[in-house]
Amino acid sequence: MRKGLLKANWLKFYALLYLGFLYLPIIFLPIFSINSSPRPSFPLTGYTTAWYRELIGNQAMLSAAKNSLLVGLGAAIISTAFGICAARALTRYKFRGQKPIAGLIMAPLVLPEIIVAISMLLVILQLGLQLSLLTILLGHVLICLPYSMTVLMSGFEGFDRSLEEASADLGESAFGTFRRVTLPMVMPAIIASMLVSFTISLDEFILAFFLSGTETTLPIYIWGQLRFAARLPAVLALGTILLVASFILLTLAEIFRRRASRTIGNTSGGLIA
Amino acid sequence: MSVAAETPALPSRFLAQKRRFTPQSEGAKGFALISPTFIYAIVLLAVPVLVVIAHSFWTQNYLTIDRSFTLENYRIALTEPIYRDLLMRSLFISFTVTFFTVVLAYPIAYFISFHGGQYKGLYLFLITIPFWTSYLLRVMSWKVILGYQGVLNSGLMATGIIDEPSTALLYNSSAVIITLTHAWATFAILPIYVSLEKVDRTFVEAAKDLGDGPIRSFLRVTLPLSMPGVIAAILVVMIPTVGDFVTPRLVGGKDGVMIANAIQAQFGKGANWPLGAALSVTTMAIVTMAAGLVVLAMRLVQRTIR
Repeated sequence: MRKGLLKANWLKFYALLYLGFLYLPIIFLPIFSINSSPRPSFPLTGYTTAWYRELIGNQAMLSAAKNSLLVGLGAAIISTAFGICAARALTRYKFRGQKPIAGLIMAPLVLPEIIVAISMLLVILQLGLQLSLLTILLGHVLICLPYSMTVLMSGFEGFDRSLEEASADLGESAFGTFRRVTLPMVMPAIIASMLVSFTISLDEFILAFFLSGTETTLPIYIWGQLRFAARLPAVLALGTILLVASFILLTLAEIFRRRASRTIGNTSGGLIA
Repeated sequence: MSVAAETPALPSRFLAQKRRFTPQSEGAKGFALISPTFIYAIVLLAVPVLVVIAHSFWTQNYLTIDRSFTLENYRIALTEPIYRDLLMRSLFISFTVTFFTVVLAYPIAYFISFHGGQYKGLYLFLITIPFWTSYLLRVMSWKVILGYQGVLNSGLMATGIIDEPSTALLYNSSAVIITLTHAWATFAILPIYVSLEKVDRTFVEAAKDLGDGPIRSFLRVTLPLSMPGVIAAILVVMIPTVGDFVTPRLVGGKDGVMIANAIQAQFGKGANWPLGAALSVTTMAIVTMAAGLVVLAMRLVQRTIR
């Protein structure tokens, strides 16, 4: 027993070290975003909010932010809507071709993003379509789908159909049953899926880079700024804001996902797991 | 339950009769429900990938594409030294990254699954958070850390360990490997964790009761049973990393350039779509084969351990 405990302690130490390795690089962004020296290096020179103030009046950044919000909202709604159909079909019904169909929808998860990006680019250019925010949106929906579907499936799995039947037996119409029984039970999963998709779209770079026209999103804006060393502190400030936003959204998503699992009494499954 | 699944042996005439009573079988409903998503994936993923494959057999003729069949692009992709070297380097980097991510990830997954206790959810959440944050930002942070006047150099100088900043940290393949190993950590941990969760704890107990020490019982019970997770982790890390182009661009410098940068160039400045397409197809084919070989090797190792 003692020996097992000792081993657990070593593993715990390693786990903490590993978490440090995961978080260390990310922690430097906020630190240097409030450091007065424009160069990100130690020792720190003093506290400043100058880099954040620089962002406020920056028109290019603001319009990129607006575009990112638009694309993110669109991707969240559309991929969740598609995800609901797919997740419901896969958890509720059994049909031929279930596995290959699910495989195709999940494929973007294991394909290099550049392959997905250039494939879509080729088709769009061949069809003579203009690259725009819409084309970025189309791409983002595609890569959000695997995550939406996974989150929704963990919410739908173990869904007790007898509740719906009971509601119908007690005289509710099909729509009433959906609104008063089904929807409240799956709502947390739907919200979690929307939050996750929104965050992915907000942070996504490679597809946006290939599929964008004249209008940019925030990651593309950041990419453009990285060439100029003088702009780095402002980029760090912007990065920090994005980091905090992602963190808040994901924490919310996790809370909703857990609530979804609890309502249905299913305790398994993480965001990807 | 679908009618068709319950009665697979019935002749179709019978099925047709049965359908008349239940006009919409359950299976058809399920298929109808998934079809919007399925069609979206076909139109925006399957068809485009086929278009890329088609392009790889065509030729760029200045602004137009000559659609007569040719293998010339593949000849270039496979024999031109520059592409061959880039491909080999990308494979090497992706192998190394996969090795480190999986080896580093296994103990964490094991710790969370076997000793996580009530904090399991919290640990998993903490591990997924960095993964969800912008990939671009994470690469950028590594640039800030490894740079000439970056965190590591300035920190080491401030503590007096080195006198002048080292240039060996950034703009080479090790910088790419470090950054990618960090970026893909979560992707490796989760599948391994899931398969460790499925390991029946009574088997481990049984092995111990029958006299296996902790290491032997791990090697003979836990590790083989969690192998599906390890294999999933290998696939999920190895295939996407080979096509990365942000990390090489930002921290790779001249000798960290990977095949994706060459592919990108063909769709940008180089403007040779068919060659870019052939490079993409070649990369995908080779990395899939390499991953397949690794998986096969793992299975063999697993068998010999037993």
